Parts: sequence; C-alpha cells; structure tokens
Amino acid sequence: MNTSLILLILAIIGIAGYVVGARYSMALVGGISSKLHSRPGYYGSFVAVWAIVPAVVILFVWLVASPMYISSSVRGAFPEDVKAQSQAEQGLSYGMISSIARGMNALTREEIARVENNPVELRTALGAKGVPLAGDPKPFMVKAAADLNTMTFVSRMLMTIVVLAASIGGAFSAYRQIAPRFRARNRVEKVILGSLVVASSIAILTTVGIVASMLTEAAHFFAAVPAWEFFFGTVWDPRFAAAGSGGSEGQFGLIPLLLGTLYIGFVAMLFAVPIGLFSAIYMSEYASPQVRSVAKPLLEVLAGIPTIVYGFFALTTVGPFLRDISSQLNGLVTGDYANFIQAQSVLTAGFVMGIMLIPYVSSLSDDIITAVPRALRDGSLGLGATRSETIKKVVLPAALPGIVGALLMTASRAVGETMIVVLAAGVAARLQINPFEPMTTVTVKIVNQLTGDLEFTSPQTLVAFALGITLFAITLCLNIYALYIVRKYREQYE
Amino acid sequence: MTDVVSPAAGIPKAKSIRRDIGIKGRYAAERRFRAYGIAALSFGIIFLMLLLWSVVSKGYTAFQQTMITMPVEFSQQIIDPQNERATNPQKLMTANYPVVARNALAKLLNASVDDRVAARAIGQMLSDGVRVQLRDLVVANPAIIGTTQTVRLLASGDIDSAYKGQIDLTVSQENRKINDQQLGWMKQLSDSGALAKHFNGGIFVNGASSRPEAAGVGVALIGSFYMMLIVLVLALPIGVAASIYLEEFAPKNKFTDLIEVNINNLAAVPSIVYGLLGLAVFVNFMGLPRSASLVGGLVLTLMTLPTIIIATRAALKAVPPSIRAAALGLGASKMQTIFHHVLPLAMPGILTGTIIGLAHALGETAPLLLIGMVAFVANYPTTPLDPSTALPVQIYMWANEAERAFVERTSGAIIILLLFLILMNVGAILLRRRFERRW
Repeated sequence: MNTSLILLILAIIGIAGYVVGARYSMALVGGISSKLHSRPGYYGSFVAVWAIVPAVVILFVWLVASPMYISSSVRGAFPEDVKAQSQAEQGLSYGMISSIARGMNALTREEIARVENNPVELRTALGAKGVPLAGDPKPFMVKAAADLNTMTFVSRMLMTIVVLAASIGGAFSAYRQIAPRFRARNRVEKVILGSLVVASSIAILTTVGIVASMLTEAAHFFAAVPAWEFFFGTVWDPRFAAAGSGGSEGQFGLIPLLLGTLYIGFVAMLFAVPIGLFSAIYMSEYASPQVRSVAKPLLEVLAGIPTIVYGFFALTTVGPFLRDISSQLNGLVTGDYANFIQAQSVLTAGFVMGIMLIPYVSSLSDDIITAVPRALRDGSLGLGATRSETIKKVVLPAALPGIVGALLMTASRAVGETMIVVLAAGVAARLQINPFEPMTTVTVKIVNQLTGDLEFTSPQTLVAFALGITLFAITLCLNIYALYIVRKYREQYE
Repeated sequence: MTDVVSPAAGIPKAKSIRRDIGIKGRYAAERRFRAYGIAALSFGIIFLMLLLWSVVSKGYTAFQQTMITMPVEFSQQIIDPQNERATNPQKLMTANYPVVARNALAKLLNASVDDRVAARAIGQMLSDGVRVQLRDLVVANPAIIGTTQTVRLLASGDIDSAYKGQIDLTVSQENRKINDQQLGWMKQLSDSGALAKHFNGGIFVNGASSRPEAAGVGVALIGSFYMMLIVLVLALPIGVAASIYLEEFAPKNKFTDLIEVNINNLAAVPSIVYGLLGLAVFVNFMGLPRSASLVGGLVLTLMTLPTIIIATRAALKAVPPSIRAAALGLGASKMQTIFHHVLPLAMPGILTGTIIGLAHALGETAPLLLIGMVAFVANYPTTPLDPSTALPVQIYMWANEAERAFVERTSGAIIILLLFLILMNVGAILLRRRFERRW
C-alpha cells in the first residue's frame, strides 16, 4: 500500500473515531450534555487524536528508518571484493542495484527467472522496459536486487499492518476511556499545546538546519582545501571540475569576493544613507500629513519590488546609461570616445542597490526619529533653535544609536543581496579599487558555483557552502549587534 | 506706537542695536536643510517612476505579437507524399510543415520558391513555432490535408521587432538581422492587412522556448502557483501556531528568549542562505527532486515563516486583554478563549501579514536558482514534483538571453509579476481597511 493511501485510511479512521466518540459520549449520559465533563466534540477529538497522531508518528519514523536499514543490510551482503572498494564505488554499485530492483518490478515472473541465470541479458531486458542501466550488471547485483525488492516489500507490508493496527488500537483504547467524568477537553488541549510548541520550535530547527547543513558541507570543502587558503587567499580561480580530474587544483581565495561584497555594499550605502535619512527626517519633521500619506507608501513600494526587477533595471537601463554617458564625457574632455565606466561595474550595482535600500533606511529611521520624545524638541524650539538646528543638535543625537542599528540592518541586506549583483556587478573576481570596473561578490559566486550540472563531491561546488556560512556569519553578527543596539535604545525612552 | 509717551522721555533715544546672531544665515541653513529633505524624497520617488517607466515602456509591446494571416494550402505532396498516414501516424508528426507555411507566404508575396535565396528569406520571416501550430491543426483534423485554410501564423522574432520599430533601420543591411528585401515584403504584407499585431495570448500560456516569439511564462506561472499554494498551506498554520504559543502560552524563560532571537534573526538571513539550506537538506539529504516546485515551496515556506510570525504576533497583541478576561470569566478554558475569541479577532491582521509574506515569496529569486529551478521546461508540470520554473526565475533566464526580442519578453514578464504583486498588496490593504478594528 502506498503512503498516501495509508494517510487517507488514517484520515477516515480519524473522522470515524470523532463521530463515534462524540455519539458514544452523548449516549452515555442519555443525551443530556450537561452531565458530561467536556462538550461531546472533545470526546470525539480525543478518539481522533489517538487514532491519528501515534500512527502518523510511527509511519514517518518507519519511512525514514527502513530505507537506511535496508540499504545497510544490502551493502552488508556485498561480496568481499566489492566491500574492499572505496565508498564512492560502493555507492555506484548500490545505485545500480536499486535501479535493477526498480526494473525487476516491471518484469514478469518468467523474465526474472531467465535473467537471474544470465545477468548480461538483464540490461537489454530492462532497457526494453524503459529502465536504462549505467553499465553491465554483475551477477551479485541481481541477487542483491532481488533481496532488496523482497525486503522493501516486507517492510511495506509490515509498515501498513503496524500503522493501521496502531491507529485502530489507539482509537479503541481512547474509546474505552470515555466516561461522563472523563476530562477529554484537558487531554485534547494538552495535545494542541504540544503541537503549538512543535510549531514554534521549527524556527529553531531552521537555524539548526542552516548551520548544520552548511557546516557539514563546508567541512567537506575544508577537507580538500585548507581553511586558511580559503579565508586568506587572494586569488579566486576555482577551475571547472571535469569528471575524473582531481578537482582540487583551483584556488579558492575569499578575499577578492569579500572585498567586492563590501565595496558594492559601501557604494550602495553611500547612496542609500543620505537619501533615506533625509527622506525620513523630512517626512517625520517637516511634511504635512497629506504629503506624508502619499510619499511614505510610494517609498515603500520601492521595498516591495522584487530584486530581480532591480537587477534587470541595472542591466538594461542604468548600466548602458552610465557607460554611454562616460564615453560622452570622455569624448568632450579628451576627444576619445572610449567609455571609462563599464556597463557592469561596482558603481552600477551599488547605485541600483542603493535605490533598493532607500526605503529600508527611511522607514527604519522614520520610526526611530518619531520615537524621540516630543519634550526634547519642544525644549530646543523653546530656546530659540530653528527646526533644522533642533534636528541636527537634539533629535539626531538622541536617535543616533537607533539609527546606527537601522543602518547596520540595512548593511546586512546589502551584503546578502543577490539578484542585483548577479545581473549588474560582473563575474570577474578581481582585487581593485576602481568603482567603474566590474567586481564580484560572495553571493554571485554562490549562484555561479551552484547553477548548472553539479556533482556534490568536488570542491568547486562545495565551496558555495563555505561562502554561504561566511555570509551567514557576517549577516548574523551585523543583525545581532543591530538588534542589541536598537533594543537598548528603545529602553531608554520607555 | 510712536505717540505712546515713553516713561524715560528724557533719555536720548538710542537706536536699539540688534545683536547680530546670524539669523539670516540660520534661516538660510533651515531652508537648505528643508530642500535637502525634499530633494532626497523626490529622488527616491523619481527613481521609482523611472524604474516603472523603463519596465513598462520596454515591456508593453510584449503583449502584442506580429502575426501573418494567410491562406495556407495543406498540400498532400509536402505533408504526406506517399499517402501513408493511415498506416504510419508518425508521418503527420514529422512532416515538413515549415515548407507548407513558406510556400503559402511565397504565394501571397507572388515570389517564386525556386529561387533558393529568396525562399530562405521568406522562410525566415515565419517563426519556427509554425511547425507546431500547423502540426496541431493537421493532427487534430487530418481531413484538412489537400484543402486550403486561412490560418494566423506567428511571424519570426526579427520581423516582430522590425514591425514594432525596435530594429535600427539606418544600419546597413548586412549588419542587421533583417534585410531590405524582407522589409519590403513586410511592408507589402502589412499594407494588404495580412501582417498585423494581435493580442499575444501566448505569453501567458506558452512554456520555455529558445524562440522569443514563441516563449511564454505559462510553466512559470504554474510553478509559482504551486509554490504559493505550498507556502500558504504550510506557513500559515505553522506560523499562526508558533505565534499563539509565543504570545499566549510561552513562559518567560531562556528557551522562549532563544526562539524570539532566532525568529528575529531568521527574518534577516539573506534569502540565498535559504537556498543553500534547501539544496543541502531537501535535495541532497531527503532526496527530493531538483527543480521541483515542492522543494521551492518548502524553501519559501521557511523564508516566509518569520514574516508571518511577526505579523501574527502583532495582530494577537492588538486584541485587547478585556476580550480574554471576559471569555475566561465566563468559564472558557485558555485554549477556548484563544481559538474562539482572540484568533478570529486577530484574523484580518494575520491574513494581511500572510498576503504580504506571500508577495515577498512570489518575487524571490535567489534561493530558487540554487535548487535548480533554472531549467528549460517546455511542458506544464502536472504535480509539484515535476520540474518547473517560477516567474522571477523565468525573468532571470530571459534577462540573460542575448536576443533583442527577449528584452521585450523580460519586461513583459516583469509587468505580469508586478501586476500580481500589486493585486496581492491591494488585497491586503483592502482587507485591512475593511476588517481592521481599532480598540
């Protein structure tokens, strides 16, 4: 029986359990529900929960555990010469066995009897059924595949029986417990509370998953490339891993990527910070409510536009515009119409990213500026300061820690931004300081290394995880520090 | 004022000297400061307009496609010369339909197909997509072989660009994709009314194609739809459950603090990191298929969860404690109070937050690139496990195409994406206006 069918049956048992439980509880008290401890629905839910939850838990544990058990026992039965081979080759053999096993399910009984004695024929027989094999099967594989099929079949049967038994047994024992004074509601609410806890721990699981998955993959990478060569290397030249080549000849220096990331982020902040900050100041201190009610949503539209759209804008509009204007300028000054700004450059990417970041800076600082107490402003204005003096000398210093926090959060966005730099910054990893030339970033390289055909054993792809964990660490530090500052600041005025 | 007698009339009137405290300079500084603010604000808004204008001006033409309406003779000689279609149905699939279309066009232009150069030039005016168009017609109704039918066929991408005026005709004909002879024919056809722009339904339904004129976002729309569905089905209940726990039940302890810090951090983790997580956990470890919208949906779910949790907690917080007190006072259990009273009142806020989270997820590209959604998918995915692509990923792929006509397609796809986003955001705003209560 396949898994979805089992789940369907479980659902049916659950619904039936609900109806039966609710009816039975009412019948116990002769239809006078006030004699029950809980509403009849809770008795029904109690039965349904016992019918479904344990069975589903068993089902999932079984689904995860049984393939592991089967694969290890099949591998355990490999002949000695195969066991002596490397893990990768054993993995290949196992892959072949499982495709043979899949194919054998499509063959008839007579055909299986024939190929069992003659494994060479197997490949053609399976090919005819639409299951291609990578190589000629060895005799032990046919037997192993047959074993695999038997074990899978037995495991499936057992699983179906155990899960359905658990479901019916759970429902029955819950049904037996129903009595007028039985506290069904409390029991059901406990289960609900448990599921709420499970849901909220998914947040933790995600973080654990991010860190664990990236650390394990990065550890594989650092096994092939020394960590200090990665963190302090100044040359990024991963080479392509052709199948079969050793693969670790490339150079994986983080420094050019990191500098590119920081440089582009810096240029972006150079545009975003003054514009965002001045917009925030204008909107919170000067603008009339009408202007504010129009301008604020308009700026926030900028935050709602997907970054791929910014990337396209940079690629097709801003980049060519900067290139052409630079060649015109050059022509006016020197008479030589060569462009000195490349279409893909630090400036292009930084500028467009700066536009993207304006709403982050402005809305975060707007909140913070508005939170500065009225009394501070009134005091300053009362002493005769102009508005701008009040803002510069009183409001901004008071809001400064919060604004710094907001800017740090914005900076972490700039560091982690991907689509704009993928389309507008270029792919050449170079160490240079000219903002008119292309540079590349950590995120661009993650995308480059992981799109296309990949093989998860070469450092060329695994390096993406090392880059990812670096990125994660940088943004995490920025964010935690920013949160810390913002929180501390908030307490000041509360 | 002057006739008021001063009490100190005898004292010589000294002109009161105002101390120069630089008031003029300070007011000028004030005006400058204000002007900076206005300039910054208008800069942001101008760039928003510029961005939208550049997309719309490049993209609106994508919703029209140049097509040629002409009588096509489904000649038996070309399609099925040996008359073997009864025995070999494959024949109709593999017949040389481009020649059928080319001959029809040549007849319309009064040109001879014996001149091979001219014949080739005529053939190039039609899209490669005519092969499929005509094949589908013939396979659906083999009886039309031997008859002449009026059919509307796609013009090639170059003709389309030229007809829309996107090709610079001042360049000498060797250096452009369409030569003077073809231009003349194009003029002749459009004068006779055979060649005209029509509404381009194909961009909404077609799958990937290397021909810009036949490419569309159909597959991407389905993929995005599946992903949004998965995000909605998973992220909404999990997010709401997590927020209820944190807001209503969680005791103040280290574990709760840890979850809180975690959620705040997850909201700020770069999206590409979620892509790496999806690749390592869902694809590598769990063995789910690459390029499947299921994996994309799971990754986007994890990414959207913090947004939904933060919005839901704010909505729950906004429900006044008096509601809880009243329900508890009437004997409801804590669980009943929350599920029967607090949650329904918080629902508009939760849904608004969810829609905004979904809108973000819809526009997200980077994590999807890593789990292999950058795929050339021409067939509709029937389940979330089939290879598929997503709307923003389709935009990314088209943005990387070199052909001029793809710029138009890319902008068109961006317009479609932005329309969806506007729709969702307007929905969220309306929801908030209609149902939000101020207590």
